[in-house]
Parts: sequence; structure tokens; C-alpha cells
Amino acid sequence: MSGASVTRGAVAPPTYYKVGSIKRERRWALIGAYAALAVFVVFFLTPPFYMLVTSLKSSGEIADLSGNPWIVSSPTLENYRELLTQGNYVTHFLNSVIVTLAVVAITMVISIFAAFALSRMRFWGSTMLATGVFLTYLVPETLLFIPLFQIIGGLGLYNNLLAMILIYPTLTVPFTTWIMIGYFASIPKELDEAALIDGANHFQMLWKIFIPVALPGILAAMIFAFTVSWAQFLYPMAFLVSSEQMVLTVGIVSDLIRGDTFQWGKIMAGALMAAAPPLLVYAFLMDYYIAGLTAGATKG
Amino acid sequence: MAQVSLRKIVKEYEGGVQAVKGIDLEIADHEFVVLVGPSGCGKSTTLRMIAGLEEITSGEIAIGGQVVNDIPPRDRDIAMVFQNYALYPHMSVYENMGFGLTLRKFPKDEIRRRVENAARILDIGNLLDRKPKALSGGQRQRVAMGRAIVRDPKVFLFDEPLSNLDAKLRVQMRTEIKKVHQTVKTTTVYVTHDQVEAMTLADRVVVMNQGIIEQVGAPQELYHHPATRFVAGFIGSPAMNFIPARLENGAGALRMHLPNDIVLPVPASRTQRYAPHAGREVLFGIRPEHLTEVRATDKPNIATFQATPEVVEPMGMETLVHFWMQGAEVCARLDPAVPVEPGRPLTMAADLDQMHLIDPVSGRVL
Repeated sequence: MSGASVTRGAVAPPTYYKVGSIKRERRWALIGAYAALAVFVVFFLTPPFYMLVTSLKSSGEIADLSGNPWIVSSPTLENYRELLTQGNYVTHFLNSVIVTLAVVAITMVISIFAAFALSRMRFWGSTMLATGVFLTYLVPETLLFIPLFQIIGGLGLYNNLLAMILIYPTLTVPFTTWIMIGYFASIPKELDEAALIDGANHFQMLWKIFIPVALPGILAAMIFAFTVSWAQFLYPMAFLVSSEQMVLTVGIVSDLIRGDTFQWGKIMAGALMAAAPPLLVYAFLMDYYIAGLTAGATKG
Repeated sequence: MAQVSLRKIVKEYEGGVQAVKGIDLEIADHEFVVLVGPSGCGKSTTLRMIAGLEEITSGEIAIGGQVVNDIPPRDRDIAMVFQNYALYPHMSVYENMGFGLTLRKFPKDEIRRRVENAARILDIGNLLDRKPKALSGGQRQRVAMGRAIVRDPKVFLFDEPLSNLDAKLRVQMRTEIKKVHQTVKTTTVYVTHDQVEAMTLADRVVVMNQGIIEQVGAPQELYHHPATRFVAGFIGSPAMNFIPARLENGAGALRMHLPNDIVLPVPASRTQRYAPHAGREVLFGIRPEHLTEVRATDKPNIATFQATPEVVEPMGMETLVHFWMQGAEVCARLDPAVPVEPGRPLTMAADLDQMHLIDPVSGRVL
């Protein structure tokens, strides 16, 4: 107390800190951000780059240990041509597309209706059900595939693509429902009341108000469902045995590895082409997704 | 034909909490009725029961002579304006206003005619293509009202529509709402916690407290003849002063013994009314505007007493002074020309023609 009153007004207290400059701080922040991002990009783009390089090599060049594995000496599209013209790769691709589209559609219908009911129509046990939905998401798929095997076998769907359309939603619906419950819960209650008074029934309220308003959330849920069903490996591995029923993830592995012979060039080419659809989906939907998010954030 | 009748309306929530405890109210065709009261008094619940957004535990609600207890909101032919506007964020102003008509399958040109007509009444014709997020608070409120007007319903319901606006805009929109009602003349039930809004807008004000109706009456009637202590204290700003007093009958005249040894005579016109209560403790109620400095009054029936202001609040058009009488805070509105300063005694004059005596036990105005 007394020390402070003595120095006040007499001499300026010495500065023990560096006086900052907004410009300089901003420059350092940018440098830091770029450095961190560069590390990140290198780390995550190295495997795809290696895949691309390998997919452009002939089998002979891949087997040749003398050269630099990161460089292609005589690039060829032979691996791609063979994949697309011989074998079942195209069938696998189409199978994946069919399963994924069906699963995304089924998932969205179920989870939008479920989330609407759980977040808006208060009924006996609705809170418990909402928690229950999330709990089912926590059960690991490795635990589920044994009982599911029984069910699928009982339905006569073993080694049938349809089984995937039936099973995948057990992985996607709980999480997407959870996302949608959160989104619907953030829509003000007065909006449904206004719609009710304006003359909407529950279905119109969902279709004309909830779905358009929650579109960013619905897109996020769709991206999730798409990713899960496109990349699912365990269930097709367990339930599909004949090549023409297989989806990409297991098709590549089972068709292009014969015993201990790995057709690396084709495996890499197949995996790269398999990664293209998710890439496209993210590239296009992310724009809408982010636009929706920021629109929500700046709403006055 | 759009009167609204509430008969013995009760709303009980799970757990036995009664939000509305059996109220009766008749609202006439074309009437503007304001439900006013502190938060938790049941006014919003009552409005929501009229709208059909809240189930009625017991009692009967009729709109235009038809009992609507079991009729869903969309078939009650009502329109509601919400506190947070509740505009559909993904629709333009035009679509927002036309939504109710679209759902009811009105022809396109009829929707256009009605929306444009409402937009003209509300002066929002140039905003029809905008989305709600591109509107200011006042504009959003107009759109919400427009959405109600285009429906041409039997009853307008307003749920604290001005609470989200700033003070200046609130006054402006208040005038706007009154103007709209004078134009369309639709029966209106309006809920607010702001007694100034209630007084300025209403044909009749319904003062609610703890789930019951304290008093129903025209604004002036509530101001001059409150029925209960609650209404007396709720209507008027600053609020009425309540000073504990004892009514004594001495030497053939009634007198009020106030704290600080102040004795005020009961005016002759009130003697008969108050005589049965002689000898009892009462609350002496008087509004700040009826307490002035003695030189500034020309009222016939005044009683004077000494008071020492402790807080002085100059407002420009008037000066509020606060003093205490044994724990009871008393506020008086003085002419700004009267020189006052805290701690210097003043001679105050109470206009006894405007006084009220209240039974402190029942809360009724005697």
C-alpha cells in the first residue's frame, strides 16, 4: 500500500514486459500456424502420395529394390486399366455405391423421425430412450457381429449384399439420431408453436420447418453415415464370401491378394479410386456444411 | 362474433403446482384486453391455453361461442405473436407471412393480396424478399404481426411482444400495435409484465397475481379505484406508498395515526366508509403524485406533515424525493421548482381525496 503511494506520480514504474505490436504478434501467429499445418499436411499426405506413386508403377518396377521407392521411372496406367476392365473391381465399386446410398437414405429417414419424436414429442420414457439410443452406439461392432451372424443366417441373407443394407444402420442410426436430437433441440420451441398455430400438423412441421432449419446438422449426419458405410470393413468381411457380392473394402483385399502374392500396384490403384467418392462428398458438402454453421453463428 | 370466454380455468402442472387457479373472464368482440402481472402470475399460461398450446386441467374456453377445449391450435382460428418473434429463419418475409395461408391452401393471388395489404399496414412492403436474419428487431416484430394479420383470425394473441426491443423502439411499436388494432379491430388478448404497456394499450386491463385475477377494469379505473393492495402497488410508477397507520375515532372525527407522530384527518366524504374500521390497524396508501410540497398544491383536501428527504432524484419534469417513516419508504413527486436537498425538512401535503385505506390482513382496499 504505502510503496505504491510513494511511487505514484513520481517516476514511471519500470516495464518488465515487452511492449507488443499487433502486427508483429499477428506475423508470429501466422508463422506458427503455417509451420504446424505443414507438419500436419506432410504427415497425412505421405501415405496417399506413396499409394499414388506405387499405383503408377509396373509390377516389375515395384519388385525392383534398387531404385528409389518414392520415384516412378516409367509411369503406367496399366494397373488402373486392368482394374477397370478385368476382375470384379467395378462390381465392388457399384456394390459399395448401392449399399452406401441405401444406408444413408435409411439412416436419415430413421434418425430424423426418431430425433424429432425424441426431442419434441414428450412421451413416457422419451428421455430414457434418447439415452438408450446413445448407449447402443457405445457397443463395439466386434461384439455385435456374432449375434448378428445368427440373425443374418436366420434371415437367409448370408453372403448377400442386402444384409449390409440391413446391418450398417445399426452403426449409423444411433450416432446420427444423437446429432439430430442436438440440432432439433436447438430450434426454439416457439417455432413449432408458431407452425402449429399457422396450421401445420406434425409432419408438415418436420418437413417445412425442422428439416430446412436443421439442414447443416442433417448434412453433418449424412457425411457421418456415408463415411461409416463406405469404409465399413468388419461386417462385409464376416458376412460376404463370394466376390460378386463384396463391397470395395473387402473386395480389394480378397481379390488382389492371392495367398502371399500382393498385387501392390492394383491394390494402391483400387484404394485410391475407392477414396475418391468420400473426397468428392467432403469437398462439396463441406461448403454447405460450413456455410450453414456460420449462418447460424452470426444470426443476430 | 369473436368474443373469448374463460370459465373456471385451472392449469395444474405435474407435481400439483397450480399456475392458474380457476379464473373467469369474458372478452368482448373487438376488445383489446391486456393480461398483466409479475412473472409467474399465470398470464402467459392463460394465453397459451387460449391458443391451445397448453392443455386445460379443468374449466372451459370458448372462442366465438364455440368451446375449444379439445380443438387443436390450427383449428381455433387464432394468430399469435411471440416474444422472440418465432419467424421461420429459412423463409423470406413474404413466405413467413404467407405460410399459414399456404398451409390452408389459399389461392396464390389471394395470398399475395393479403400479404401486400398487411405489409402496407405495417410499412414493411420493401422487406418482403428479405430473410429474418437481415432484419432489425423492430422489423422482425412487424413481420411477426404481419403473419398474424394476413390470417384475419378471430383473435390475436400477443405474448410479451415488445420485451425484446430497446426502450425507444418499444414505445414506437406500442403505438404501432394500437394503430393496427384500431385498423383491423380484431379481438386481442395481450400479455405483458409492463404496467405502462397495459395501461396505454388496453380497453380493459386484467391484473393477475399468483394464478388468480386480482381485478379487471379500464386503465383509469384500476389507477383510481384499485380493489386490492396488489393492484394498487402494481399499477402506477413510481408505485403507491403504503404507510402503516391506525384508524382512531376521537372527538367525533376519524383520524389516521401514522408513524413519526403524524396524525392526518380522514376527509368528511370518506368518514362513513371508514367508520366501521375505527380502532384497527390499516395501511394508508397514497401515490407519489398525490404527495407534494405544501406551497405547490391547490387541492382542497390536503393534510400537511413534516418529512426529511433522504434521497433526491431530479428527473427534469419533476423531482422524486424519498423519505422513510419507521421502515416504510415513501416517495413523493415534487415540482422541480421546489428547492429540496437531502436532510433538510420539508412540509409535505397529502391530497387526501386520492388516498386509499387497505386492510393489511386481507389486502382488500377498504
